Amino acid sequence: MSTALEPQAGAGTSAPASGGGSALRVAGDWARRAPLLPALIFMILVTQLPFVFTLIISFMNWNAYYPDQIGFAGLANYGAVFTDPDTLSAIWTTVIYTVSIVLLSLVIGFGVALLLDRAFLGRGVVRTLMITPFLIMPVAAFLVWKHALYNPNYGLFNGLLRLFFGPNAVQPDWISDWPKTSIVVSLVWEWTPFMMLILLAGLQSKPLDVIEAARIDGCSPWQVFRYMTFPHMRQYLELAGLLGSIYVVQTFDAVFTITSGGLGTANLPYIIYTIFYNAHDYGKASAAGVVVVVATIAIATFALRTVSSLFREE
Amino acid sequence: MKRWGRRGAVLGFAMLLATAGCAGAGGGGGGGGGENSVSVLMVNNPQMVDLQKLTADNFTKQTGITVNYTVLPENDVRDKISQEFSSQAGQYDVASLSNFEIPIYAKNGWLAPMDDYVAKDPAFNQADILKPMAVSLTAADGKLYGQPFYGESSFLMYRKDVLQAKGITMPDKPTWQQVADIAAKADGAQPNMKGICLRGQPGWGEVFAPLTTVVNTFGGTWFEKDWTAKVNAPEFKEATNFYINLIKAHGENGAPQAGFTECLNAMQQGNVAMWYDATSAAGSLEADNSPVKGKVGYVAAPVVKTQESGWLYTWAWAIQKASKKQDNAWKFISWASSQGYENLVGQQEGWAKVPAGKRASTYSNPDYLKVAGAFAEPTKNAISTADPNNPGVQPRPAPGIQFVGIPEFPDLGTRVSQDISAAIAGQETVDQALDKGQQAAEQVAAKYKK
Amino acid sequence: MTTTAERPVETKQGMSAQSRRRMSSLIVGVAAWIIGLIFVTPVLYMLLTSLHSEPDAATNPPSFFAPLTFEGYANFFGSGTGTSPWPSLINSATASILSTILVLVLSIPAAYALSIRPVRKWTDVMFFFLSTKMLPVVAGLLPIYLIAQFAGMLDNVYTLVIIYTSMNLPIAVWMMRSFLAEVPVEMLEAASLDGAGLIRTLRSVVVPVVLPGIAATSLICFIFSWNELLFARVLTATVAQTAPVYLTGFVTSQGLFLAKVCAAAVAVSLPVIVAGFAAQDKLVQGLSMGAVK
Repeated sequence: MSTALEPQAGAGTSAPASGGGSALRVAGDWARRAPLLPALIFMILVTQLPFVFTLIISFMNWNAYYPDQIGFAGLANYGAVFTDPDTLSAIWTTVIYTVSIVLLSLVIGFGVALLLDRAFLGRGVVRTLMITPFLIMPVAAFLVWKHALYNPNYGLFNGLLRLFFGPNAVQPDWISDWPKTSIVVSLVWEWTPFMMLILLAGLQSKPLDVIEAARIDGCSPWQVFRYMTFPHMRQYLELAGLLGSIYVVQTFDAVFTITSGGLGTANLPYIIYTIFYNAHDYGKASAAGVVVVVATIAIATFALRTVSSLFREE
Repeated sequence: MKRWGRRGAVLGFAMLLATAGCAGAGGGGGGGGGENSVSVLMVNNPQMVDLQKLTADNFTKQTGITVNYTVLPENDVRDKISQEFSSQAGQYDVASLSNFEIPIYAKNGWLAPMDDYVAKDPAFNQADILKPMAVSLTAADGKLYGQPFYGESSFLMYRKDVLQAKGITMPDKPTWQQVADIAAKADGAQPNMKGICLRGQPGWGEVFAPLTTVVNTFGGTWFEKDWTAKVNAPEFKEATNFYINLIKAHGENGAPQAGFTECLNAMQQGNVAMWYDATSAAGSLEADNSPVKGKVGYVAAPVVKTQESGWLYTWAWAIQKASKKQDNAWKFISWASSQGYENLVGQQEGWAKVPAGKRASTYSNPDYLKVAGAFAEPTKNAISTADPNNPGVQPRPAPGIQFVGIPEFPDLGTRVSQDISAAIAGQETVDQALDKGQQAAEQVAAKYKK
Repeated sequence: MTTTAERPVETKQGMSAQSRRRMSSLIVGVAAWIIGLIFVTPVLYMLLTSLHSEPDAATNPPSFFAPLTFEGYANFFGSGTGTSPWPSLINSATASILSTILVLVLSIPAAYALSIRPVRKWTDVMFFFLSTKMLPVVAGLLPIYLIAQFAGMLDNVYTLVIIYTSMNLPIAVWMMRSFLAEVPVEMLEAASLDGAGLIRTLRSVVVPVVLPGIAATSLICFIFSWNELLFARVLTATVAQTAPVYLTGFVTSQGLFLAKVCAAAVAVSLPVIVAGFAAQDKLVQGLSMGAVK
């Protein structure tokens, strides 16, 4: 995929032809920035103001049930966040979720995209079926997972086990026995279509003429995949992985609906939610939110500037 | 493709104008609805759903006041209510709160007192409201801040036919040990039937509602009068071990996730022979489309060291202090919690669906007793004998039977309940869970000890 | 048009190469169908449950062949509560459509300024957009609620439009940037040689070429806005309630609700599903840009 062009100042800018090379360049710079400004200003106004608030609240001692005790708390909230065992295990859980869900859905999504890249009977239908999980409202979907699929008494999974293995079939309690896995499975189900769409797009934009030429020259399908398809797909895999990670780190509905954060499944968004709404400790919850932002920025910066090729210009 | 794009754009734009036109009326902050309206935020229990259905044809017709409802599940509605009331946003006039929140909210000045309204509205008949209910909705300053919509205690429900077939008799005032023995005998009485259903789902109002009552009657408590935390004391441990072992031995499948709904379902589908839970469950068990209608017996909550152990809970109406429509709000409350409304439900929806547990007159209504006779008496007894100020064997620092009436309890209770659920699932030991709970409780107590 | 079917190449092996390819096509097809059916099973089961009565929906073992009924749907349309879902659906439509349009209007020029004629620090700008999605939504709820309360914008569908736009704009910018980067240099040079300014270039050259990409981005933004629950629940009350909040109103902790909620979920997801199916091959086509020759 070709990346950004870098036209030199001469290639047909609409900058006024006033004298002085640097004035021209400055005018050119602003002409380039102008289309960006509305979006940028909008985002700064709408997101940074609340973030600054969150930052301020994180340094305050603010419990909704004790409105007369609001005051400045310095770094006490951050201390509380880092010493709270629930928060620390939530950090670990968030990492596990993000890594496993993104990797699994990338792999499955890539596999399905590869299959859908080939022609077969009913390909359009299968593509439609694969997109469906992404279209269903997540809250409803997780309710279905919890009550209609996983439920050990009247859920589909145990019902199918009964159907195939008779009335004495093992009837595991899916959520209680494998809580984190249950959540991961439902989230992989939700996000694979997203990955698949992006990867399928990448596959369908690969340079066919070059591949055709390689095949005629006698390259095996594996060689074609390894030396031509995969490098072309690298950008798409990284884009899908990056966007997917951003969403999966924030995932909340699945944990809330399926396990109510119990059995060790609570991740950071869920913990922040409980601090806000159970403990009503606004200061500590805001501090936890700020910690998440800082950590994500650090990790993302590292990933994007060193490992990823997304920011490199060809 | 270009033409598709253009046509699509025109179509989209037209749709947009249409919807913006329709929803244009939706812009504008502050409480919605016209002049004569009231906004109510409530939980979506079956009794409230009936209320929604009957409002337009009855309340609105009589008074001309439109009621705008927002209904949400219990956890969601609690969050939204706490956000709304703590910021006094004025979006809602009335909300459904429980006897846990009302004294606390009243102390923070978030609610409007109702004494004047009650005095000016004799038709409401405040004296008819069951004493424990009214007391639990009165704040420390002695003023009344809530009116119950329906109330509940807890009792033991059991399949009369199953026990009879197995030759078991249920004593009139069973002890927990007797109940455990009966559960053992009833286990497997029918295919796929377990002895008893007990809640295991994490949540201060989920597993800890029944579990705290068991703790109370075993002689334990969360805190002693001087705020010493007693979560890993021997009585609490004994009660918790008993509860969890009973579940493990004879309890329902999927216990760590089982809340009220799961157990209701299990009871209706014949997957359990007994169920210890809220008295309001009886309404669903005896509904017309219930497979176990007429087959369920009701007996007082099992005890050990106390005379009774049922809990006390009500979903009640409270008026937000910042509300600008307090008169309309009272008119709504006065109708929804009235005797007249109960009769209306009885006649139109069936007497089993009446939001009971709040008025004495309900329990002397012959129509109600004809249908609800099986569980009416045990319910009324359970509520009347409940004493939130003295639910166990030792004095308490804060009121509450199945909870401790302090703002920190939802967080404390939910945290400890996560470990209890893990213990039920066999992933932790009871000792570990209660030791962690003790630490958390001590942190809370530290605030109150000074 | 992208073509992915391989034309049978006449080789010395002749038929056996063709039949080998047909074999592999068959295997691919079967594998894809199996995976597709596995993924859609929860949705099909949801559909089935929505057509059962409440007690039937909760039997053990699940009763696949219980009599079908429209009770759940009737309930969704107000038989149980007397309230209509239409105000919520209209609010959702308004918020989703308006925010998607706003996102497109803002993101396409921005993406242009990050790809075709990039600003100097385009990587920093891209990173900034991405970073706005790093604060957990739950942590941002309180400040946004307080700001909205202060501005008198609670229970207002236009507040949601603004929030959803800010929610989807970063993703739209990232995606549109990828599409715009694929626009061939020659077309742009031709346009500028013809003296076209920015708006003209966008309108007559760039947009038609990336139209499938725009379709893809707007569909994704629409889906995310339509399904959004947390902000809608916190910021709306009786007037601006959206469909997801209306749906959660059926989940009760005191009774059976599975059939009702499945019916509500099918009904609420229907617009998105219809939009998704109608646009899905535009979606794939668009995401690919292999269309540009």
